[in-house]
Amino acid sequence: MRPVIQVSRVRKTYGSTVAVDEVSFEVYDGEIFGLIGPNGAGKTTTMECIEGLRTPDRGGISVLGLDPFNDVYKLQERIGVQLQQAQLQKRIKVWEAVDLWASLYQKKAIDGERLLEQLGLTDKWDAWFMNLSGGQKQRLFIALALINDPEVVFLDELTTGLDPQSRRAIWDLVRGIRERGKTVFLTTHLMEEAERLCDRVAIIEHGRIIDIDRPESLVSRHCPERTVVLDTDDPLADERLRAIPGVEAVICSDSQFTIRGLGDDLVTEVIHCLSENRIRVTDFRTILPNLEDVFLKLTGHSIRD
Amino acid sequence: MMLRGLWKLTWIEIKIFLREPLGAFGTIGFPVLVFLVLGRVAGRGLASSSFAASGFIRVGLPVLASVLIAISSVLSLVTIISIYREGGILKRLRATPLRPQTILTAHVIVKLMLTAATLALMVLAGKRYYPVGLHVPFFSFAIALLISTWSILSIGFLIASIVPTARFAQPIGAVILYPMIAVSGLFVPVESLPPALHAVARVVPLTYSVSLLEGIWKGDGWSAHAGDVAALAVVFVVCTALSAKVFRWE
Repeated sequence: MRPVIQVSRVRKTYGSTVAVDEVSFEVYDGEIFGLIGPNGAGKTTTMECIEGLRTPDRGGISVLGLDPFNDVYKLQERIGVQLQQAQLQKRIKVWEAVDLWASLYQKKAIDGERLLEQLGLTDKWDAWFMNLSGGQKQRLFIALALINDPEVVFLDELTTGLDPQSRRAIWDLVRGIRERGKTVFLTTHLMEEAERLCDRVAIIEHGRIIDIDRPESLVSRHCPERTVVLDTDDPLADERLRAIPGVEAVICSDSQFTIRGLGDDLVTEVIHCLSENRIRVTDFRTILPNLEDVFLKLTGHSIRD
Repeated sequence: MMLRGLWKLTWIEIKIFLREPLGAFGTIGFPVLVFLVLGRVAGRGLASSSFAASGFIRVGLPVLASVLIAISSVLSLVTIISIYREGGILKRLRATPLRPQTILTAHVIVKLMLTAATLALMVLAGKRYYPVGLHVPFFSFAIALLISTWSILSIGFLIASIVPTARFAQPIGAVILYPMIAVSGLFVPVESLPPALHAVARVVPLTYSVSLLEGIWKGDGWSAHAGDVAALAVVFVVCTALSAKVFRWE
């Protein structure tokens, strides 16, 4: 696959604070790539270096074959950007913002009216920016990021501060961007968002990339444990469950059993054991590790700390 | 193409300005109001034919009002720039192919147009309510006011470059700009100021604005004020160069 963004050994400091260091990765054509990590990990700095808004102290960046520092205006023609915590003029109207942005690019802008319709903002056409809800503001920012029909779209903490419903709606929109054949580079500190949305993620902490892979590969590489929780009052259950190959621990409290083991086969083995021994269960669920657990394992602390 | 962006941005900024609840009054209404009120008060003094009062009314007052126009435009520029910076609006615009100088130029154009509109309003108001039956070279005066505003705007930019937050922008700007009026020669001729203030007046750009505006209003030719224009041009170049160095986008 063709890389559209190449970052190699980038370092950026603010005074004596090292914001990012030795950051390297590639983003491929047509994928949703997520840079994930806690607040202050260096996500925004990395993204703004790629967008040409900041100049790294060291290292090389290439976006669509362009140097974000020397070719910044050429680059900005071809990318779409949504910035974290950026606002617009309080009293600018939605259509004015879209109209203004459309006029800023050399290439013919896409139909703003249709774009707003697709983003569900048609009835807010004439509203002032300050009177939009958080979700509507973010959708407007997506519109502005798409108005020049960009090849790469940058989304920085797009859903921070939104309620779960608006967040889901925004996720669908981002998937829609990928379906138009565009590459999406996003940052988030929400592991669920990364897991649901991203084709590949890079985990960043203290300005360094810890690992890069598909979310499910990260989980299976770093957190191969599987957990099954079931309820039964069969007296033989404890003994039988312990005999399952691959099981590392069985914890029993009252009638609830928690079975831990390694590998994808664990669940199948447990089901097999239950049916073979005709053990009657009243509840059965599996707990799969997620990116949250991967982060905890890699950094020793939760992303929310 | 960049002109298209500049024009759109300028036009939108004008509309946004007019939507501000106090924006239009604060910047346009206030100087005109000062002009009218002082004109009335001094007009009564004129009836008692005090020479000083009539001199002030004929030359000082229009120039004072003009300087107030310029300063209030500049204060509003300082405030807007710092609000836009704090809200990330400047940064958001900078993430487009729009050149940074285009963004700032749009704001300067808005303020210059505002100054021109206020001046026009003042002339209209003056004609109806104000007994200045003079043949004043309005066109030259308008040019002189635009040059002065342009130059003071560059001081505004310098202030906008260094004020820490939007909350302090307006007061800091006012504290820097309004005292300049006192030594500008508007109320007391520069020559009769104490020597220390005399020196201050020489470096205060407003002194040259006042000298230029007064002279043009009284009917002087441009050649008599080439020095004032040159001084204002120097102020513009120096302040613009300095703010280009220290301006912060976020």
